[in-house]
Amino acid sequence: MNEEYEPTIIGFLCRWCSYLGADLAGTSRMHYPANLIPIRVMCSGRVDPTFVMRALADGADGVLIAGCHPGDCHYQCGNYRAAGRYSLLCDMLEQFGVEKERVRLEWISAAEGEKFASVVTEMTNDIRRLGPLKWNGNGAKADSPALEE
Amino acid sequence: MITLTVDGRETQVEEGKTVLDAARQLGIEIPTLCHYDGIEPYTACRVCIVELIGQRGRRLAPSCGYLAEEGMVVETTTPEVLEARKLIVELLLARCPHVERVRELADELGIGEPRFTTENPDERCILCGLCVRVCEEVVGAGAISFNNRGADRVVTTPFGLPSEACIACGACAEVCPTGAIRVEGDSTVPHLELDLGPPKAIHKPFAQAVPNVPVIDLESCIHAKTGNCKFCDQFCGPDAINHDMEDQFEEVEVGSIILATGFEPFDGSKLVQYGYGRLPDVISGLDFEQMSNAGGQTNGRILLHDGRTPTSVGILHCIGSRDENANEYCSRVCCMYAMKFGHLVREKTDAQVYEFYIDMRAFGKGYEEFYKRCMSEEVTFIRGKAAEVTDVAETPEERGKLIVVAEDTLLGEVRRIPVDMVVLATGLVPRGDTANVGRTFGISRSKDGFFLEQHPKLAPISTASDGLFIAGACQGPKDIPDSVAQGAAAAGAALSLAGAGVFSLEPITCSIEETVCGGCKICVSVCPYDAITFDEEKKISAVTEALCKGCGSCAAACPSGAAAQRHYGDKHIYAEIAGALMEVTSGESVT
Amino acid sequence: MDKLKFAIYWAASCGGCDVAILDINEKILDVAEIADIVLWPIALDFKYKDVEALPDGSVDVCLFNGAVRNSEQEELAKLLRAKSKAMVAFGACACFGGIPSLGNVSDREHIFRRVYQETASTANPDTVYPRTVTEVPEGRLELPEFFDTVKSLAQVIPVEYFIPGCPPPPDLIVTVVNAIATGQLPPPGAVIAPDKALCDECERERSEDKTVKEFRRPWQFIADKEKCFLEQGLVCAGPGTRAGCGSRCIKANMPCRGCFGPPPGVSDQGAKLLSAMASLADSEDPTEMAAIIGGIKDPLGTFYRFGMANSTLGRVKL
Repeated sequence: MNEEYEPTIIGFLCRWCSYLGADLAGTSRMHYPANLIPIRVMCSGRVDPTFVMRALADGADGVLIAGCHPGDCHYQCGNYRAAGRYSLLCDMLEQFGVEKERVRLEWISAAEGEKFASVVTEMTNDIRRLGPLKWNGNGAKADSPALEE
Repeated sequence: MITLTVDGRETQVEEGKTVLDAARQLGIEIPTLCHYDGIEPYTACRVCIVELIGQRGRRLAPSCGYLAEEGMVVETTTPEVLEARKLIVELLLARCPHVERVRELADELGIGEPRFTTENPDERCILCGLCVRVCEEVVGAGAISFNNRGADRVVTTPFGLPSEACIACGACAEVCPTGAIRVEGDSTVPHLELDLGPPKAIHKPFAQAVPNVPVIDLESCIHAKTGNCKFCDQFCGPDAINHDMEDQFEEVEVGSIILATGFEPFDGSKLVQYGYGRLPDVISGLDFEQMSNAGGQTNGRILLHDGRTPTSVGILHCIGSRDENANEYCSRVCCMYAMKFGHLVREKTDAQVYEFYIDMRAFGKGYEEFYKRCMSEEVTFIRGKAAEVTDVAETPEERGKLIVVAEDTLLGEVRRIPVDMVVLATGLVPRGDTANVGRTFGISRSKDGFFLEQHPKLAPISTASDGLFIAGACQGPKDIPDSVAQGAAAAGAALSLAGAGVFSLEPITCSIEETVCGGCKICVSVCPYDAITFDEEKKISAVTEALCKGCGSCAAACPSGAAAQRHYGDKHIYAEIAGALMEVTSGESVT
Repeated sequence: MDKLKFAIYWAASCGGCDVAILDINEKILDVAEIADIVLWPIALDFKYKDVEALPDGSVDVCLFNGAVRNSEQEELAKLLRAKSKAMVAFGACACFGGIPSLGNVSDREHIFRRVYQETASTANPDTVYPRTVTEVPEGRLELPEFFDTVKSLAQVIPVEYFIPGCPPPPDLIVTVVNAIATGQLPPPGAVIAPDKALCDECERERSEDKTVKEFRRPWQFIADKEKCFLEQGLVCAGPGTRAGCGSRCIKANMPCRGCFGPPPGVSDQGAKLLSAMASLADSEDPTEMAAIIGGIKDPLGTFYRFGMANSTLGRVKL
């Protein structure tokens, strides 16, 4: 394991709960590793498994998906969709050989700055232990010429 | 109309009215025991005796049951009447020597000790039959009745067994003139002076209620339960009581909502070491407030549970607040209200007052000055949160007292302070239904359980959703000046939305590409707002933009890529991912 | 007018695409009328050196089927690219990697070990595996290098057109040939199939309640012929697959498996299908949700059946 290696984690945070929770961790001056780069979406139900795989293929060592607690989704049931997709994605990522600690789903409310900080700390430590993913897939770009948008 | 003369004064009453009605109309007082407005008279107690003067001479008659007749002449205070009444009351006093009302009547009539033998000094029932009549005629349950005759007559249930017909409405206890019948409940307030008892079925919720009219509590209303009673109708002049009123559900379309749902007081019984609910003279902040109020049970006097005035009072700050075992936050208002109580006790009694505090939070206008004033009124402030309240005495001085055990941190010793009364300055907690209300309106809660504001400093009354505001204690513990300020702020914010005439929405709605959509209807099934419909003609699904809230679930669920969210499209997210990982992919630092 | 020159080549392929071309039956004679075929290993006896001898760009259209999984196939892809005006990725394997690209769950070492060592009927006591160079008394023998990773054609060379399908249906082939003959091909880069998802041509009834409480396998029961497969708990790739195949599988009462690849705008068919199927699972209870999702077996094989080479992750971690 490379001593100098710092994991890069992409976090998909929902605008109503987990993104505000991350904000709260910041305004509360909580200390946690700076390894997570947040990408805001309106709802955890917007998170397409394609995003997770893109992130891993493009160089991320881990991905966090965070949304509102079950029952509290700002859009009623988006987080249940996220839960189902995450469950199936985990099954498939296992087949791909991606360690399950690298992709996590967490419920973080707008008041849970502490939880956000501790999740990021835990994930960073876990993924540091696992080492860099360095996903060298097909060596080919994900977009083939005819299939670009 | 019937014309009759009472005590020399003429009056007119409707047919069917009694002599008692006529006398009362003239303002003439005749004492009664077994009479109750609205219940058929039984003339059992005979206390309302009057003298009727007519063609056949003078005779005594019970005025409560005697119908008025045309040309009748009535005298209510002749010597014969008073003699007769005296004997009647003396007999009643002999039967029930401890009934306060009978004793009062006896005193008024100049009766000392009765000449007759008292069989049972604890007897309170005067066999007036009011309870039987109300149960039979008004409530319609008929659970009790007279049994036996003569000297053995009693009011009881069939065979003296517990009655299944009794609906525990309490009407019998309500009408009983002597307190012979009591409803035994499960009152949790051990301090009987404060026990307000169950509210009547028809009552005003509180003196300042808006609208200021009584309401009927359908849970205890006899008519609601049995179809009988409607006693109240007899007393309502304008016939304003509507027994058939039902809850109505109205749908109102609004542009903005302000939640001002308030708080609940912390339940002191959760901290068993203070004895709330177990030791009778340990009361909460709200209990003290009720007692001290001039309109309360004690008319504002500060009393112990047995009616004595306390000689010492301990006021314990931070009960349920600033406490790892309860709530970590400070409830903000308790220091000031606890000092107010101390001040009131000093004002109303000579009792010594001890205030056990952690810090004094006298933050507002005039608050610090009030603190100084309390000190000058000889309220003793002990810096140390009370650890427990016990009634187990360790020294003779502590016997019969409540002992507050606290570490006095300025002295550096543990002190035991015996007091007569302990007031717990209980804190403010979120209402029990906060989670459900939050879900209904889509508001999150902060860590302390109160509603989450948009920004603790810059937007305390806004929430994450536009048009939804919070004000007052539901956002966090606060006192009246702050609650008023927030209320005004929320009202202003809501009005400015309404005044604008238009409102802006984020353009993050979803759309479905017609040329790709195959009409699988997966998106229709997934949308939480039914914002996607299937076009039968074009055989594709389409988003109704006005209904779309922009969650993006359809975009993630669509397997053909036809459904997409504006500004949160797949390509935008891919670009963000690529940007975020630029350093990793290039191997160079971007900064 | 000079006849057109066609080349038809097969790489990591099952041969079905070539059979599909023959399935146009008598229309093959029309093809023979407008074009000379300069390479077609399954049917004609041209050699590689004949192709090498052609001037560059002299082949009008090369129909290349099969994925690229060894050095010979890669060489030919590059050779034919040089010699052809237009390269056509013919069939799902050339377009997306196809079923051979499911080999990306493994690598050369494991594949060789399985094939040449571990199978029950193999006796290989000296652990002899194919090698790229072997010296024998008679001289030097060479074999193509077996790659760890299977690639689609466009991942090796630039490609002008894509004809999807496993195999492309004969009527689509005829359409393409006519287009070539009349010079009416679409702009380069096009997939020669409709943009719409397969549901557009599927005739089954579908409702707006697509929630699934249990996913089942096709062998567990005989599906209702009128109703949408999804509503019967069967995974169907139709919603995430291009139309144009005539819904043959659907009409045979089998759910679509996605051989026409994704509609335009989707770069990773498998991921989108996974998201769609998971979105149908209807539960708010985590245990129940896990049980419903658990009904989808082998998600990698199910959703990337034809598109593993083109997928975002490309292959299983080496």
